[in-house]
Amino acid sequence: MRFSRLLAGGIAFLACHAALAQTPSYTGVGRAPTKEEIQSMDISAGPDGKGLPAGQGTAKEGAPIFAAKCAVCHGANAEGAKIGPRLTGGQAEIDSLKTMQPVRTVGGYWPYATSVWDYINRAMPRGNAGTLTPNEVYALTAFILSKSNIVKEDDVMDAKTLPKVQMPNRNGFVPPRYQDVVDEHKRGCKQGVCP
Amino acid sequence: MNPRESNRRNFLKNGAALAGLAMGTAASALPAAAESAPDIDELHKYGERSHLVKSVRIGSINNPERRLKDEPVAFGLKSPLQDQAGMITPSSLHFIVSHGYEPPDIDPQEHRFLIHGMVDRPLIFTVDELKRLPSVSRFHFIECHGNSSPGGPGGPERKSVAATPQDTHGFTSCSLWTGVPLSLLLKEAGVQKGATWITAEGSDASKHSKSIPIGKALDDALVAYGMNGEPIRPEQGFPLRLVTPGWQGINNVKWLHRIQVVDEPYMAMMETSRYPSVKLDGKSRWFEFELGPKSVITRPSGGQRLPAQGYYEISGLAWSGGGAIRRVEISADGGKTWKDAQLHDPIAKKAHTRFTAPWNWNGEEAVLQSRCTDDQGTVQPTVAEVAKLWGADVDYLRKTSAIVGDFNAIQPWKVNRDGSVQNAIF
Ligand code: HEC
Repeated sequence: MRFSRLLAGGIAFLACHAALAQTPSYTGVGRAPTKEEIQSMDISAGPDGKGLPAGQGTAKEGAPIFAAKCAVCHGANAEGAKIGPRLTGGQAEIDSLKTMQPVRTVGGYWPYATSVWDYINRAMPRGNAGTLTPNEVYALTAFILSKSNIVKEDDVMDAKTLPKVQMPNRNGFVPPRYQDVVDEHKRGCKQGVCP
Repeated sequence: MNPRESNRRNFLKNGAALAGLAMGTAASALPAAAESAPDIDELHKYGERSHLVKSVRIGSINNPERRLKDEPVAFGLKSPLQDQAGMITPSSLHFIVSHGYEPPDIDPQEHRFLIHGMVDRPLIFTVDELKRLPSVSRFHFIECHGNSSPGGPGGPERKSVAATPQDTHGFTSCSLWTGVPLSLLLKEAGVQKGATWITAEGSDASKHSKSIPIGKALDDALVAYGMNGEPIRPEQGFPLRLVTPGWQGINNVKWLHRIQVVDEPYMAMMETSRYPSVKLDGKSRWFEFELGPKSVITRPSGGQRLPAQGYYEISGLAWSGGGAIRRVEISADGGKTWKDAQLHDPIAKKAHTRFTAPWNWNGEEAVLQSRCTDDQGTVQPTVAEVAKLWGADVDYLRKTSAIVGDFNAIQPWKVNRDGSVQNAIF
């Protein structure tokens, strides 16, 4: 049986792997990382807020940071400029998805606010990534979302509130819930195209 | 190459030009050629192709305005498929897509690979430690999901009648990858109950992150350190790359430094913003992974010219994310009749397979096409069949400005009476 055909089957398969794996087989190869080593690399934030660090910020606090560190590439109001793409959007962009000129922006396309946090934190400002504090990333995320009227100027973004933000195109995906993303053959995808 | 070596190399090259003059070789009559001929001592240490072979990767979707000064790497560079023999892509010509990010300059002695998250024993490895573990070597292609797309920023050059296979299909390449099965590493770490996904992360400047179902991680994914018999090239992920055979290129994380075992897709930038396919109902399909069967005739092909009537070997490449290529058929009459091509060894799962077929050109107009079938029985579709999968018509495929991901339609090349060959996709 081709394993990748059945993710559900895969979970059963996995359970027996885990059972098999109670004792490592290759001694002296690799070691246990220290807590600090894991912490220094563990930067991913999931859609339900897993991995988001302590800290907080508002759009108001984000405005001067954006002006100083981001506007040069993305424009003063996140409207896009020569190098960086537009970060704002809404219903007009969602409507464009039904045309031959679909537009994808953070405000008009991205389904999760946590992805905005995660991406700014890992990749921006371009050329100088990894230099922002958690508070700055929360504030910048809030600022960008506020420019698409997704959050208000004083809404506090933190590990609890950010996953609850409703992004305008949240229901624009198939399958709609990430929990329901199973193996693509089960979803009826053919030739790399899903129904 | 460190600066000292590079100085030494220039010195040697100049020295070679002088030596050529002194020895009165043909090089002395052609100083320009002599300068580009590398020093023989250098060639003995590390070989190069003949300086008269000029085949190179060509930048695509390359918007210089968007590129930063310190980013010499174009968004994407396509591989010259029409110049390649056999089924391996030379590492130096493997296509590159890295969203404008330059390869980080990684010291393999310093590089660490971490497995953590929902595992009993988080583990951290050096590259040398990974090389102590049981290894496998397997032929696999890697292909960008946007390869051959009629829409998107690369659309115009792909649809142009002047397009070559490099323009139409250059975002695929095939290598012999050597490394440790990811399943082995995950077993060492002890995957916990309830784990359903992994996130794989690179150490490039964007820390590219990709969610992958654990089924694939435990099936045939590789943590590779070798590529075609040498360490992976920097632009291909040196020193470590995750290889996810048959799946869209974006999953094959370069400069791999971390895998976190998790219980949901983490919805990273590329998988939520760039790579879902938008269909005309306005809904995006996300987490499409497996690439369908695809083939392209690389000779004779677009941009070439047949010098005379007579015998030509038709030659091309076929591959499928679903498995091994079982059959390739060729038509020289625009799809009226089809004949089996010969498949050349090695025929490997999820790898390019070289095919050939004899053909006599009678000087008349002809349309050459190839159609492959993989070992799942899946047949490469026509353009009309691809349109149907998209719930659209052919006109949509022709006109959309969106990337048509996983576009694997049969590729026709039209041979004109004057021997010129042109792209006839639409
Ligand atoms: C040097 C130019 C530059 C700077 C400075 C910069 N960005 Fe970007 N940003 C880019 C580019 C280019 C992209 C597109 C990346 C890609 O397509 O892979 C991008 C993408 C993004 C995205 C994702 C948008 C999308 O739709 O893909 C976000 C969010 C973002 N930037 C936020 C920020 C924030 C916040 C800052 C300031 C801390 C910042 N950027 C600073 C150039 C820049």
